[in-house]
Amino acid sequence: MLYRENGQFKTSYAADQQIFPIAQDRWAVIGIVLFAFIAVPLLVDEYLFRAILIPFLILSLAALGVNILVGYCGQITLGAGAFMAVGAYAAYNFHIRIEGMPLLLSLLLGGFTAAIVGIFFGIPSLRVRGLYLAVATLAAQFFTDWVFLRIPWFTDNSLSGNVSVSNLQVMGWQINNPLNKYLFCLAFLVVFALLAKNMTRSAIGRQWMAIRDMDVAAEVIGIRPLFAKLSAFAVSSFFIGTAGALWGFVHLASWEPAAFSVDRSFQLLFMVIIGGLGSIMGNFFGAAFIVILPIALNRLLPELGDLVGVEISTAGVSHAELIIFGGLIIFFLIKEPHGIARLWSTGKEKLRLWPFPH
Amino acid sequence: MNLRKLASMASLSAIVLSSLATLAVAAPAKEQFFPVLVTRTGPIAPNATPWANGYIDYLKLVNAKGGINGVKTVFEECETGYATDRIVECYERLKGMHGGATVFQPLSTGGTFALTEKAPVDKIPLITAGYGRSESQNGAVFTWNFPLLGTYWVGSEVAIQYIAKKLGGVGNLKGKKIALVYHDSPYGKEAIPVLEELSKKYGYEVQLLPVAAPGVEQKATWLQIRQARPDFVLLSGWGVMNLTALREAQATGYPRDKMLGNWWSGAEPDVRDVGEGAKGYSAMTLQHGAEPNSKVVKEILATLHAKGLGTGPKEEVGDVLYMRGLISSMLAVEGVRKAQERYGKGKVMTGEQVRWGLEHLDLDQKTLDAMGFAGVMRPVQTSCLDHMGSSWVRIHTWNGKKWEFVSPDWYQADANTLRPMVMLASGKYAEEKKLKPRTPEECNK
Repeated sequence: MLYRENGQFKTSYAADQQIFPIAQDRWAVIGIVLFAFIAVPLLVDEYLFRAILIPFLILSLAALGVNILVGYCGQITLGAGAFMAVGAYAAYNFHIRIEGMPLLLSLLLGGFTAAIVGIFFGIPSLRVRGLYLAVATLAAQFFTDWVFLRIPWFTDNSLSGNVSVSNLQVMGWQINNPLNKYLFCLAFLVVFALLAKNMTRSAIGRQWMAIRDMDVAAEVIGIRPLFAKLSAFAVSSFFIGTAGALWGFVHLASWEPAAFSVDRSFQLLFMVIIGGLGSIMGNFFGAAFIVILPIALNRLLPELGDLVGVEISTAGVSHAELIIFGGLIIFFLIKEPHGIARLWSTGKEKLRLWPFPH
Repeated sequence: MNLRKLASMASLSAIVLSSLATLAVAAPAKEQFFPVLVTRTGPIAPNATPWANGYIDYLKLVNAKGGINGVKTVFEECETGYATDRIVECYERLKGMHGGATVFQPLSTGGTFALTEKAPVDKIPLITAGYGRSESQNGAVFTWNFPLLGTYWVGSEVAIQYIAKKLGGVGNLKGKKIALVYHDSPYGKEAIPVLEELSKKYGYEVQLLPVAAPGVEQKATWLQIRQARPDFVLLSGWGVMNLTALREAQATGYPRDKMLGNWWSGAEPDVRDVGEGAKGYSAMTLQHGAEPNSKVVKEILATLHAKGLGTGPKEEVGDVLYMRGLISSMLAVEGVRKAQERYGKGKVMTGEQVRWGLEHLDLDQKTLDAMGFAGVMRPVQTSCLDHMGSSWVRIHTWNGKKWEFVSPDWYQADANTLRPMVMLASGKYAEEKKLKPRTPEECNK
């Protein structure tokens, strides 16, 4: 009843082609962004910021990057962790080696370096596809692991391969407390999400999708696979690399190559698959599912146990967490193979017809 | 649209979690809270579980004996799975509970690095008994880190002493070849700088052989050992990697009595399954080995396990890693006790006060004996500038069935070698972080 576009007439192309053609959607998104910027800082405590919201925001950004490559361009990648590592270590090197380097520039240069490395590891995609490509990108993972563990220059000759940063600030704004870190990551995410949304709606996004749907046909109608595939690798790696730099700088502040292991790559791929391939908002669902759910389960299970008078051991909770989490993944993949984002759009479709579905 | 879910998720979890947090905070006062970061699942659980059991059993024992001058201990476990991001999450979750955490002991080098950045902000000391970053011994720079009882650098230095002794003097080290088989992580790499520093002095050759985590794939490593025939092999393993290394040594016929493990490569789970095949293999310990006959263990068995109040299986009480957890716990409790001497007996101490206590630990042999640690460990004395407190290492050998000490087994690390390295590394850290090291005057405040 409330969610319906009746009476919203478009009088110009611009109005017709805006991101959210339905006014209710537009207001809701603006409301949510304002809520995230203004209300969330007033409501939540330090724990939520540090342990849940900041990782959620950064991994959403990384998932956004993975989704561009996997969901929009159809190139399966298992190298996301590697590109995060490249972003983090490149940003670190720019930051400490160049005196007075602004933080924002370091982070973006980290992303940029990751983009270059991404293009390099994207070259095999011109010849191999599908699972074979996944294996080829896995090489990126092992290569970066090797580089950051073996070549001391990249880790500033740190004795153990561990690096750390401190005194982060942007034009006098100290990014030292959880609130500022949250706002910093949120700003990044909003800008990058907008960028990604617009990119996928533009010519380049359509090229990616054409390649994804059928690359031979796309080539026949005049899309250059080289450009389309490598640009997807570049943009995706840029997003992932920036997320990696944020993960190192803002979330961990001190990290080792193990922070970007192959597990991270799998985690990001799962986020995208569960959230919804080829959907921007799916990333947020996927990231929420993977980041928040295990921690929520871990905290709620003992409480639930207390309610019914059963004491669950720490190991028991941990195992139950894995079982329930795995079960839910299977449930979602069976019930909705297109990801949670599809559930969301089905829900919206139903809401439009409500309360008269026939 | 996309952000709608984010916000609803955030607000929902905010409601749920903050209500949980209020539940937790409503505990009665007069309790000293010890958070316990545990790894009871995953590939390193066999090693980390006895540690956690020992840690908790000692806290229970303290309560059974009336608490710390009347202040009861209370603890809360959080499962980390040895993942750095979960360690950070657990830290954030636990640090504010029950009126604030006393100390954190992450039992992970990666976790130690991450928490080192957070501890000074929250003013909670970090005890890393035997692990963590070796340069954090310098309390002037690492004001909240306490690598009590030893670091990996201490271990490496002692390893060379041990080898020199076996060869009949440091003069015989010249021209010898020593291989280091290490877990390819910040943890495993900690041993390298000291070995390289000493090789300049004594003229032996170091061969570095990294093993990718978790360490089940070592065929290539041992092939290299077979070809190079090093005179000694040092092992910095963790969990399943140790077992594999010993099996490979057996397969390649490398003599086990020429192998020396660090203190994560010298517990029962590391050798038990190889049994006779590991006979002759030695490992360093943090002063203690398996101590089933010590007074404190008997006390725990009598007051806790006999009544069904113990943690974990009764059979493991007194094992090497159980003892490690127990001693780590004891050091934390003694830090609180010391702090109470200054800030008021029978009061709950804050993290900052406990740090003072940990910086002024003075456990002489009489005190240790009275606490039931006779024969288990030697005195510990810390100061503001020395956060380690003791540099004694004991070496034990596997006889095919259990670990036993074969004298001479006590070694003390040479401070003349290590102190300059600690100062150099911590100085570099201070410079990077733009920290001003504490002066001795500031210490006494």
